[in-house]
Amino acid sequence: MAKSENLNVSSASHHGGDDGHHDLEGMRVMGFWIFLITDFIMFGTLFATFIVLNDSTAGGPTGAELFEMPGIIAETFILLTSSFTSGLAVLAMNRGNRKALIGWLAVTVLLGLSFISLELTEFFTLVHEGANISTSAFWTAFYTLVGTHGLHVSIGLVWITAIMIQLARHGINPVTKRKVNIVSLYWHFLDVVWIFVLTIVYLMEVM
Amino acid sequence: MAQHTNNNTHGDHEAHGSHEAHGSLKSYIIGFVISIVLTIIPLVVVLNDILEGTAAIVVLLAAAILQFLVQLFYFMHLKEEGKPRYNMTVLILGTIIVLTVIIGSIWIMTYNKVA
Repeated sequence: MAKSENLNVSSASHHGGDDGHHDLEGMRVMGFWIFLITDFIMFGTLFATFIVLNDSTAGGPTGAELFEMPGIIAETFILLTSSFTSGLAVLAMNRGNRKALIGWLAVTVLLGLSFISLELTEFFTLVHEGANISTSAFWTAFYTLVGTHGLHVSIGLVWITAIMIQLARHGINPVTKRKVNIVSLYWHFLDVVWIFVLTIVYLMEVM
Repeated sequence: MAQHTNNNTHGDHEAHGSHEAHGSLKSYIIGFVISIVLTIIPLVVVLNDILEGTAAIVVLLAAAILQFLVQLFYFMHLKEEGKPRYNMTVLILGTIIVLTVIIGSIWIMTYNKVA
């Protein structure tokens, strides 16, 4: 690694040895973007399913009857704020401030946890009111779409926690730096998906 | 060797300043405020029954798509990507696939319904 960078230095005078290293990191980040796009396509198909099955309630309860907006609005602002705090974590990292970085990641995890607990409360209430995953095609599509998003958020929480441990052990280095950048991309992406869940699943239903 | 690594991290910082910048506090706050406004608008429109039918759907979808763009550019720094814009290309391709699936499904299933 160091050798090839030295070679680079001698051959390319203006850019220096950073180029090869950066290209590799750039490739890794692009690989993650490709993963995000496949996830985007998967959510797209789940949204398509939900939209198509929108009226298929089989005489059972509809979304408009059971959705309770205050909880959903709270979830939305919590997730929006956590997207912002994960951005603040990246800023702290770029300043080289490890304490602030871990702190903002911890805030993000706490917000994510409250999002998940609100969502689980919502699911339990819905099941209690007679809308479980096999009540009708509408509810199957609902739980699959919203549940898949919730699962992504839960995985993100475990992931961020793991990175916090690595940061505490190894500090900020090129590897942990890339990991923080990638996990924050993931987190912003989940926020984007949630905005569409809010719009298409909840707001258009209640409208 | 140690000196080399040192140099490397320095180079890293400079690179961050120029072409791999990750936004400033200001751009994050602007993005956050815009995204909150873009969330409040559809909520107010729907919960107070200000608009109905197609008009409401247009406002809701427009707010969601703008929100998507805010996240991409203010938070995910898509615009600051280096010159061959591979990430952007992949995103556009993905968007085309997603729109085809969603619009195609809606279109097919509209004609599937028994009147």
